Formats: sequence, structure tokens, C-alpha cells
Amino acid sequence: MNISNYLYLSAILFTLGAVGVVVRRNAIVVFMCVELMLNAANLAFVTFSRVNGDLVGQVASFFTMVVAACEVVVGLAIIVTMYRSRRSASVDDASLLKR
Amino acid sequence: MTTSSHLVYLIALPLVSAAILLLLGRIADKWGHYVATLVSASTFAIAVIEFFSMRSRSGDARAATQDLFTWISVGSFNVHASLLLDQLSICFVLLITGVGTLIHIYSIAYMSHDHDRRRFFAYLNLFVAAMLLLVLGDSYLNLYVGWEGVGLASYLLIGFWNQKPAYAVAAKKAFVANRVGDIGLSLAIMIAFAQFGSVSFAGVKEGVPHASTAALTALGAMLLLAAAGKSAQFPLQSWLGDAMAGPTPVSALIHAATMVTAGVYLITRSNFVFDASHTAQNMVIAVGAITLLFGALVGTAKDDIKKALAASTMSQIGYMILATGLGPIGYAFAIMHLLTHGFFKAGMFLGAGSVMHGMNDEVNMRRYGAIGKVMPITAVTFGLGYLAIIGVPPFAGFYSKDKIIETAFNIGGSKGVIVGGAALLGAAITAFYMTRVIVLTFTGTKRWDDEAHPHESPALMWIPMVILAVGSIASGFLFNSGHALVKWLEPVVNASGAEEGEALLAPMTVSALALGVVAVGVAIAIVKYRTVPVEAPAGNVLTRIVRRDLLQDDFNDRVLVRPGQALTRFFVGMDKSFIDGIVRGVGGTIAVGSTNLRKIQNGYVRSYALIMVVGVLALLTTIWMVTL
Repeated sequence: MNISNYLYLSAILFTLGAVGVVVRRNAIVVFMCVELMLNAANLAFVTFSRVNGDLVGQVASFFTMVVAACEVVVGLAIIVTMYRSRRSASVDDASLLKR
Repeated sequence: MTTSSHLVYLIALPLVSAAILLLLGRIADKWGHYVATLVSASTFAIAVIEFFSMRSRSGDARAATQDLFTWISVGSFNVHASLLLDQLSICFVLLITGVGTLIHIYSIAYMSHDHDRRRFFAYLNLFVAAMLLLVLGDSYLNLYVGWEGVGLASYLLIGFWNQKPAYAVAAKKAFVANRVGDIGLSLAIMIAFAQFGSVSFAGVKEGVPHASTAALTALGAMLLLAAAGKSAQFPLQSWLGDAMAGPTPVSALIHAATMVTAGVYLITRSNFVFDASHTAQNMVIAVGAITLLFGALVGTAKDDIKKALAASTMSQIGYMILATGLGPIGYAFAIMHLLTHGFFKAGMFLGAGSVMHGMNDEVNMRRYGAIGKVMPITAVTFGLGYLAIIGVPPFAGFYSKDKIIETAFNIGGSKGVIVGGAALLGAAITAFYMTRVIVLTFTGTKRWDDEAHPHESPALMWIPMVILAVGSIASGFLFNSGHALVKWLEPVVNASGAEEGEALLAPMTVSALALGVVAVGVAIAIVKYRTVPVEAPAGNVLTRIVRRDLLQDDFNDRVLVRPGQALTRFFVGMDKSFIDGIVRGVGGTIAVGSTNLRKIQNGYVRSYALIMVVGVLALLTTIWMVTL
């Protein structure tokens, strides 16, 4: 199997995630799209690791996972708090800094 | 050269007194005028002592100097604040302190009803201090300090009653006209420094023989401009008439006897410059001749007694300036006329003040008449001054003015005839307008209102007038007996170097001619003013032009003031539209741009995310395109 297919998949996933971040209003979904973009990046890392025959890419993907885990912790906490105070998880409602 | 240690007191005493009177304020109201008068009298005493000690010394030792401190010290350029009292300065010092003291005494009575009398005396003392500094400074820079000081004192005193807007305007006019002259003096100092590396009189004198004629002409022209400003000479003459807004003692002291003669002092002091440049000398002659006729003509049409006397002052200083242009011997005659003029003109101004004092400050001579009967002392002292100014022998003006006319004729060629003729014509007009003043004021029928109760002035006022009248009688004879003044001034002005050329007219002929034209002037005035209407007749075009000071103000207004204002408006417009336009345009563009830019800050997370995505894509594309 051609190794570049993995990169195509990674690009598609990343694009899906980016579009999702831009077009969706639900904070949970936006969040999941961000995760999708991170994992697309992970897939690219691992692919390159495979191409190069070393472990650098895999190590990088582990770092990404750690960051993603931390982000989930903080991000979900923010979303829950937001939902509790405003009864809504829409990112469009969270525009207080502007108004 | 002798060194002296007490010249500084001449300046310091009145200066300290002025400061005390101004700083103490109302506390000094009761005794301030006595202090000021006493200080003025003591400077006169010092001056007299200095004069006699100077006479007791001989030859080169007569001039005395005092070095006060090093004022400016830059590399090889050193200016000392030092005083120089030589044969020329002492004449001025005696005149300033002597006439100044008399006028202080006079003012005690004249200003007795003014609740600001203390301030008036403080300014008078300030003036005396500045004027003494002017004549005692040993360099152009020291002179400049006094020059500006008298300008300030003159401004303060012309505008002494500045609650009247017209008087405040007159003060400003005098100040601005003087400023033009001051630019001349500062340029002269710069030229002197650039050419000779020195600004002291001695330094410049040393450098003159090595300097180019062009530089000397420029220096002379600038000095002449300075003199014209301070001495109200053509073309800067317009301020003197308006300066009569000041109290009459001020007109007598500053605008007749002393300050306005500072220009004559400046030119006489710089005689080495003018002797070396014929062009500058001719300019001096031209300015003097024009002004002496200008002032005399203006004097013929003035109904305001003080303005008539002011025009006469202008004309008489024209004679002095003319004399300073006539070479070495002329300087001595200029100074002689200056001193005699100091006596008779100050005396006549005080007489005019005395009349005004008795007439509720009325200045219109058409409303006087027959005042000689009620104010005999004033009339007699004024009359003696009158005889002196028109040059009747043996009064002072006969000696001093005839000498100038004679010298003018004898400079030779057509120039001598023109200038001498102008001086002679001036003498005739002088006789006419001064007779007019006498006839309108002291003789004829009474034309004053019933509310006016003219009465002789108090002794404090008439005693100074009498002393000045004695000076008007005797001074000319004293200065001229055995050429006393010419010999006295000889070391300063090098009069001995004057070659006795072929005289065009003998002294007797000149005197006879002068007396003849004077008699004509007097006769015309007496015939013309046998009856005097209270309201001035409309007069023909010429009369109206002369009444408007030969259109000097109209000329200045049209040629200088209005174009100046237009230029100012243009620059203000430029500043507003162009300079401010650039500044505001930059600010406005940025403000509009940021208002528009702010719209993308809409608060929606997804649009920020989109901008980020677009940005990253743009960045990547750029990198891709560059590396391709």
C-alpha cells in the first residue's frame, strides 16, 4: 500500500476538523473537531516516522497526545462551567469580550 | 585713561531706588517721590564732582574707566561690563542727571493728584539708570543694554495711563518702531564682531583703518537705522507724535531732552566709522535733512501743543543728525545743539505741562489764548525757550543752530547748497510754527471755557522751568565762548583733523540769512494768527495732508501693516490647511482604518479560527511558492 495514502487521509481528516471548527456552533463538537485535527497531525507524524525509519515522529505524536489530554481536561472544564452558567454550549454565545 | 571706582554708583543708585519703589508697593506711596528725587539729585552731584575732577586732569588722563566684571568670555572673545566716562559721556551724564533732577522735582507737583505717583517715579529712576548705562557703556554691547532699558522705560511711561486704550496703543507703537531700530543696532554689533572681532568702541576704532569700505558702509547704515529708530528720524519717525500720550514730564525728559537724542550719541560715538565711509555719511545727511523738514512741516499744522512740540523735537534732532553727517567738526556742533536743545525744549515741554495743569489737561491750543496774563512765569520761561529755539541772539539756539547751518553750507559743492538750504528753510519753518504756538497759547483773546480756571503753577513746577530758561539763555554762549565745547570734545571726535576749507559763506552771512528767514517766519505766523477760530478750519488738501503727519501713518499702514497682516494671514492659513492638514490627515487615516479593521473583531470564535486557517494557508502558500 502506497504510504502517501496515509498522508492523504491525514490531510482529509485535518480539513474535516478545520471546517468543523469554523462552521459548528456547539462547543463540544468544535472541541471534537480540534481533537480530530490533532489526531490528523499525529497520523502524519507516525507516517513520516515510518518513512524515515526512526522514532522521532512517534515521540512527537506522544507529546501531542499529552498536550491533547491536558487540553481536554481544561477545555471540558471550561465548557461545563459555561454550560452551567449560561444553559448553552454555543460558542457564538461566548462573545462577552466583544460586547 | 584713569581708573575710577565710583562710576557704577551713577547707574546703581537710581536702579536700586527704582527696584525699591516698585517692590515696596503702596507702603512707599507717601515718600517714594522724595526718595526718587533725592537719588536723582545725588547722581547729579556725582556727575558734577566727576566733571570737575575730569577738568582738573589733563589730556589723555581725562577719560575715566571702571571695569565691573567679565561679562562674556568665549575663547579669545571677551566682553567686560565696563564703564567709560570721557568728554562726550560727561556731557550726556550732566544733561541726563541735571534735567532729570529738575523734571523729578517738577513731577512731584505735576503728578500730585495721580494715585500712581510712586510707580511713575520708579519708572523715571529706571529710565535715568538705563540712560546712564547707555552713555557710560564702553562697548556697543553695554550700550545695547542701556538702549533696550530706555526703550522699556519709554514704553512704560508712554503707556503710564494705559487705562486709556489709545495711550496703550501709542506705547506699543513706540515700542514696535523702536524695535525696528534695535534690529539695526544688533546687526551693527554683529557686523562689528564679524569684521573686527571686538564690540568695544576702542576695538572697533582700532579695526576701522583695516576694514573694507563696504563693511564700514554696512556698519554705518545699521548704526544709522538704530539711531533713526531711537531718535524718531525718517523713516522711523511715526512713533514720536503718539508718544505724547505719556505724562508731560516724560515728554520733556525722555521724548525731548535725553532718550530721543541717543541716536545722535550713537553716531557721534561711532564717528570713526562714519568718517571712514562717505556713503554712510551721506545717508546720515539725507536722513537728517529730510527729518528736519518733515518735523518742521508737521509742526505747522498741529493744534495739540504737545504734538507741535514733538514735531519740533523731531525736526531739531534732524538738525543734530544732519550735523553728525558733516564730518569731524559737525559732531561737536551736534552735541552743542543737543545740549542747548535739552534745555530749551525740556523747558518748553514743562511750560506746556504747566499750561495743561492749569487748564484741566486741555491740549488743544485753539482753546487756549491769552494765557500769558494768568500764567506770567510760564509765559516768560516758555518765551525764553521760544527765543532760543528760533535762534535769536544771544539765546542758546542762535549759537548751536547757526553753526550747523554754516557747516552745512560749507561742506562744499551742490551738496552744501542743498543741505544748507534745507537747514535754512527748516529754520524759517521752525520760526513759523513756534511763533504759532506762542500766539495761539499765550497771546490773543481768551478762548477757553468758563469751567477752566487757569492759574500759575506751584513753585515746585515753575522753579525747574526758570532754571531751564536760564539754561536756554546762557548755555549757547557758554559752550561757544572760545570754542569751549569744540575743544572739550576734540579728543573724542578728532575735530582738529578737520581742514579749514574755503568757506562758502562767512559766519556773519549765515547768521544774517538765518535771522532774515526767521523774521519772515515769525511775521507770517503773527499775521496769519491774528484771529484764531476755536474750531480748526477745514483747510486745503495740503493742510489736511500735513495735519495727518504727511500721511506717515497712512503710508505705514498701506505699505507695511496691511501687507504684513496679509502675509500673516497667509501663513496662518498655510499652517491651518497645509501643516495641520498633514498631521490631521495622518491621524484621520489611521482612525478610519482602525475603525474598519475593528469590525473583524466580532467576538465569534469561529471567525477567528477561520482567519487563523486562512492565515496559515497564506503563509504555507507563500513558503511553497518561494521554495518552488
